[in-house]
Amino acid sequence: MKLTINGEPREVAVNDEAATVADALDALGLGDARVATALNGAFVPAPSRADAALSPGDAMEIVAPMQGG
Amino acid sequence: MPVFYGTEVASPLMLGTAGYPSPRILADAFRASGAGIATVSLRREAGGGQDFLRLVEGLGVRLLPNTAGCHTAREAVTTAHMARELLGTDWIKLEVIGHADLLAPDVFQLVEAARALSGDGFKVFPYCTEDLSVCDRLLDAGCEVLMPWGAPIGSGLGLNNLHGLRALRAAHPDVPMVIDAGIGLPSHAAAAMEMGFDAVLLNTAVARAGDPVAMAGAMAQAIRAGAAARAADPMEPREMAVPSTPVLGKAFLS
Repeated sequence: MKLTINGEPREVAVNDEAATVADALDALGLGDARVATALNGAFVPAPSRADAALSPGDAMEIVAPMQGG
Repeated sequence: MPVFYGTEVASPLMLGTAGYPSPRILADAFRASGAGIATVSLRREAGGGQDFLRLVEGLGVRLLPNTAGCHTAREAVTTAHMARELLGTDWIKLEVIGHADLLAPDVFQLVEAARALSGDGFKVFPYCTEDLSVCDRLLDAGCEVLMPWGAPIGSGLGLNNLHGLRALRAAHPDVPMVIDAGIGLPSHAAAAMEMGFDAVLLNTAVARAGDPVAMAGAMAQAIRAGAAARAADPMEPREMAVPSTPVLGKAFLS
């Protein structure tokens, strides 16, 4: 499925018919990573990732703690 | 030691985690500083996030995530929710930037975001100006800590508006206040503590010093000195000289 992941257009290997945010994280190798997610600008809490359905063209943000002041 | 939202922290020094020459120097600087709180941001995971998380969780300090770089209340609120989930803390350093060159807070969006987040159970640490009416609105919005800037982020200019900061401190003597941003030298940090602020949050002054670990130690000493001076009730300055040596008993020699 064509998605925008962290601002970059990507082809992500998930089922076009029934993909979720959780599936996309798995496909990107981040299934076990400590990250937070947003879909089209809205926060998707971890317990809701398996229910957050993806459509082609969706924008997903995947963030982690980084250097900050 | 400062108490934020009912939690006492180990030190009045809060230290940022950005811009150090290496992870090792970051860790050594934290040890030298004795800081009780480390600030972190949330950024797109590009491979380094997991290592960084291990590094900061190994510092043995409390983590305070920020919403740095957010320009709208909506962005900041979403970022705060992501941070709460990731780090398991309801503390959030709320930044909503209004001006790109000065990194000045957008105080209107800030108050809006502070109200929304306080309603969602967050304990908000707002990066704000020293404007009294803005600070009053932040308190009304549910903030129990204020973090007025000393000067623009990363500028190292120190405390730009001494009168405004004194007025704010005097207006709300019981509200924990942190000078956030603008500190360049230990003397700036000491001055903030002498004025009665509860803590100082700084980053660039340590991270970009030639020797960050030595500067972290210098900041810790300055903050300790400033706090001790405040507790010792400093003398009032005056315009005219007053001899400190007694006049009585001086020999008549002319």
